[in-house]
Amino acid sequence: MQHAGTEIVSAVSPIIERWRHEEGPLLPILNGIQREFGYVPREALPLIADALNLSRAEVYGVVSFYHDYRENPPGRHVLKLCRAEACQSMGGDLVAERLQNLLGVKFGETAGDGSVTLEAVYCLGLCACAPSAMLDGEVIGRLDGEKAEEIVREVRA
Amino acid sequence: MTAKIYVPRDSGALALGAEKVATAIARELGLRGIEAQIVRNGSRGLYWLEPMVEVETPAGRVAYGPVKPSDVPSLFDSNFLSGGPHPLFLGKPEEIPFLARQTRLTFARCGITDPVSLEDYQAHGGLRGLRNALSMAPLQIVEQVTESGLRGRGGAGFPTGIKWKTVLDTRAAQKYIVCNADEGDSGTFADRMIMEGDPFVLIEGMAIAGIAVGATKGYIYLRSEYPHAEQVLNEAIAAARKAGVLGSSVLGSQYAFDMEVRVGAGAYVCGEETALLDSLEGKRGMVRAKPPLPAHEGLFGKPTVINNVISLASVPIIMDKGAAYYRDFGMGRSRGTIPIQIAGNVKHGGLFEAAFGLTLGEIVDDIGGGTATGRPRRDRGRYRRRDGHGPAGARSAGGRAARGLFPARPLRYAVRL
Repeated sequence: MQHAGTEIVSAVSPIIERWRHEEGPLLPILNGIQREFGYVPREALPLIADALNLSRAEVYGVVSFYHDYRENPPGRHVLKLCRAEACQSMGGDLVAERLQNLLGVKFGETAGDGSVTLEAVYCLGLCACAPSAMLDGEVIGRLDGEKAEEIVREVRA
Repeated sequence: MTAKIYVPRDSGALALGAEKVATAIARELGLRGIEAQIVRNGSRGLYWLEPMVEVETPAGRVAYGPVKPSDVPSLFDSNFLSGGPHPLFLGKPEEIPFLARQTRLTFARCGITDPVSLEDYQAHGGLRGLRNALSMAPLQIVEQVTESGLRGRGGAGFPTGIKWKTVLDTRAAQKYIVCNADEGDSGTFADRMIMEGDPFVLIEGMAIAGIAVGATKGYIYLRSEYPHAEQVLNEAIAAARKAGVLGSSVLGSQYAFDMEVRVGAGAYVCGEETALLDSLEGKRGMVRAKPPLPAHEGLFGKPTVINNVISLASVPIIMDKGAAYYRDFGMGRSRGTIPIQIAGNVKHGGLFEAAFGLTLGEIVDDIGGGTATGRPRRDRGRYRRRDGHGPAGARSAGGRAARGLFPARPLRYAVRL
């Protein structure tokens, strides 16, 4: 969901205030904004730049460097699927293909109906119960075809 | 006595359904009108048995696993609260061969205690190292760590005590302790497990480091892929602060030390220590040229100890039992224990803490139980281990290497220092 400019200012300001006097406040602020909105709205960048006495370019340079920060709103659900080696060794490739087919999206894409964003992640530390995924912050291990279908039902519900 | 039931909150156990199991147990307790306390412990690291539920009986703790929510009514029917027989009965956890064969120093409490209960932590030997450290001069603490032979468990293997000595000897108004918890390499999860299962041991280790080198502030730089660890660490830090373990007077001493968790944002390179420091400062994570060393000019240009999670979490046992106790484990220049992470196409995946010196063949075949698929391991199995080559080459990779090159070579640091 896109947010209106005023809505962004009123939600971003307290996050900036919470952190601006701490050491190294930029990442905590960006993380806070992404937690609030699911992405980092472009309108937030000048507010951060002003508060931290940085240029907009410096703030944008940091935002664009870190993979986590989305420039656009994600789907209603976010599915992160581990694509790292330990998961690959336990059939992660097959699960990845199956989920992409079932959801009709590729990695980094959001479904046309806005139901889900599929993202690749490189290690959730669940290597001993691979392949693994995280759906809206909930971890899922030993993914197989059946669990993949369960995920699809859940995000479409 | 109210019965105690342990259901892990470790994210590996959660990924296998531990939350639903805990809910099912709570529901069943209500239905049957039984009073019991459900403790959310960490994981013992036997992931093929997770969710592993334990109950406290007069004869000690007894485990059942892997438990599905649908198993719960039958567990109650079998009187599992008194350790009754059931198809999922595993006996005493410490007698399960995978655990019995380990040498648990750093992970001594992991899976046993309530990770956010400071009382539980102290009842199992916690804070003894910090108390000992407070009775010593800073230089003595650094000497203990040096003499223990502890080397960086993040992979590079640099002697921890020497790093600390450099920071101790560098004069500055402000110094920092930074914990590198950006555990990004696939196949590694020891940092995650200890942070979720025994966060106080890391907090204690960082506090000791602070007192030793004269730093008053610590940061744990945690990767964003570990939200459960973030939650547990923050709960534990709050408890430590409330009890005066952290704050302006550590355990009533003249030393101040406090710390906080900072979460990264999905940049793999920030696992490299100087890129990590840039990231903590709010910049793009770029690798810095050395020198200057972080020990001289680290976070915000101030002298900084930057250590891996396991390195710092190994300090309390050293300060509790002494350098010689820790140094007596291991071989050659690789002293103490190392948490070995077994994952991939293997039957018994999990965490195995052992003194240095095991061979890869022992790890994969004996401890890991062979491949999960039952195929011979030369087929398609991939075995990876961390053995001290630094982040990028930390794991010896590939079934071929596992088959041909390593079986006879004991696990130890490859870097000569």
